[in-house]
Amino acid sequence: MTDDTYLPRGLPDPVPSPEGLGTEYWAATRNHKLVVQRCQDCRTWQWGPEIICRSCGGEKLGYEQVSGKGTIFSWQRAWHPVHASLKDAMPYIVVLVELADAGKVRMIGNLLGDREQPVQIGVSVEAVFEDHPGDHPFTLVQWRKT
Amino acid sequence: MPRDTIRGKVAVVGIGETAYYKRGQSPHSEFKLCLDAIRAAARDAGVDVRDIDGFSSYSDDRNDAMRISSVLDLKELNYCVMQWGGGGGGVMGAIANGAAGILAGYCDTVVVHRALAQGQFGRFGQAMAMPVAPGEWGHVMPYGVLSAAQLFGMRITRFMHEHGVQQSALRAIALACYQHAQNNPRAVMHGKPLTADLYDQSRYITEPLHLYDCCQENDGAAALILVAAERAREFTDKPVYILGAATGSAPAQGATAGGISYHNAPDYATANFKTLAPRAYRMAGIEPNDVDVVQAYENFSGGTLMALVEHGLCEPDAINHFFVPENLTAPHGKLPLNTSGGNLAECYMHGLELAIEGVRQLRGESCNQVQNARIALCIGGPLVAPASTIIFGTDAGTNP
Repeated sequence: MTDDTYLPRGLPDPVPSPEGLGTEYWAATRNHKLVVQRCQDCRTWQWGPEIICRSCGGEKLGYEQVSGKGTIFSWQRAWHPVHASLKDAMPYIVVLVELADAGKVRMIGNLLGDREQPVQIGVSVEAVFEDHPGDHPFTLVQWRKT
Repeated sequence: MPRDTIRGKVAVVGIGETAYYKRGQSPHSEFKLCLDAIRAAARDAGVDVRDIDGFSSYSDDRNDAMRISSVLDLKELNYCVMQWGGGGGGVMGAIANGAAGILAGYCDTVVVHRALAQGQFGRFGQAMAMPVAPGEWGHVMPYGVLSAAQLFGMRITRFMHEHGVQQSALRAIALACYQHAQNNPRAVMHGKPLTADLYDQSRYITEPLHLYDCCQENDGAAALILVAAERAREFTDKPVYILGAATGSAPAQGATAGGISYHNAPDYATANFKTLAPRAYRMAGIEPNDVDVVQAYENFSGGTLMALVEHGLCEPDAINHFFVPENLTAPHGKLPLNTSGGNLAECYMHGLELAIEGVRQLRGESCNQVQNARIALCIGGPLVAPASTIIFGTDAGTNP
């Protein structure tokens, strides 16, 4: 566990939806595992989690572990703080990562390392687990170049 | 068209706006602004405000029809509808919904309205005030993706990557809007010209969006009055007809604009007009090259660019060549764009001011008038779902 997080504390903490979507994902990240929702009937990956399979309409959905390897599909570098807790954290990089071994689903995270580094679409990255301790601990999935 | 449509059957006969203010500078409450714009539109139309019997708005407008109709002492309230979807995606849809109410016979005189007081209420340019990030948002907000620019920016980045779009194309949109605003005394940025150097030196909000690529935050209100086409000449000798409209989304564009499913849309680098634009053109019976003037919503200039491409106004491989200020400015540009200054430089009235400017162009009353403008295309907020688009014409039976 570490207090050394990419963005300072104070942003809204992730919680599952009122329907419970995301519960399994956030439980898995606590154990430093990356999982993606997958239809147990037609085997289609989907993200974000939904209550039925968007592909076949099936209701037998599960979560399966994936490698945590992906490529940068898009990105942005935020320079203007839009939240009080970010005032001393600018700039920061956000990446949209495509997971090759999970049906090309895309996840958002921060790109670790130099905040002013050049970023290129198509570059390979891997998941890094960032623990946020506290009364309601959670673990974010971040990304670093490989 | 294989079946009956709205084409030519409903007209805009009145437009009204309050003064436009920088965020927080309105001396009036949002509701007062709303009433003022509605009364201004009724005056412009020569309509007794008590004869308004229909309301249409969008983006969860706080100024509800029941309160307005009570305060204005309307004779009857026969229709009140709200377009689904946050942001300005639904603006042109709200006009189309108003027209649909008239065409269906539910009501006779509709006001389409929008009021914003970002001083009184929250700012759009700041993080949404949420104590926790549930569901869709939990996969986005903890990474600092909190504001509209951040929610939509990566679609723009991806589009620019796929088509080799240069920053100069985005800059051209900002320059055109600011240039038009210099001739528009109503514009908040009137008297504040923008140059290419100023743009280049301006700070990033989030790469690739500079300060001047992002809409303003304003206070004010706008409204327009719709009646059936056959009644239009009772009110004005310059009716502006709705020729075509479309509201909606391409497949699976996400459950929440900017939530994680939004970022998993099968077609990501889109402003979400690929299904809508052909539908609106088909209904209007026109082609993209029949459009004389365009008012296209700028939440962010990159989204505007994508919307124009998806409306067939520029081929993707010609973007860098086409998007230069000379092509986008009235009166001589090939595609005069946002001739009042738009969201960037006139006022961010959630795009309703763009529809009003489209009407003004067809009446020949713009401060950046396009000669003999007969067809105006008005595009609602890009990069969201649902999005909406509408085509206005000077002639109900226009057949170019």
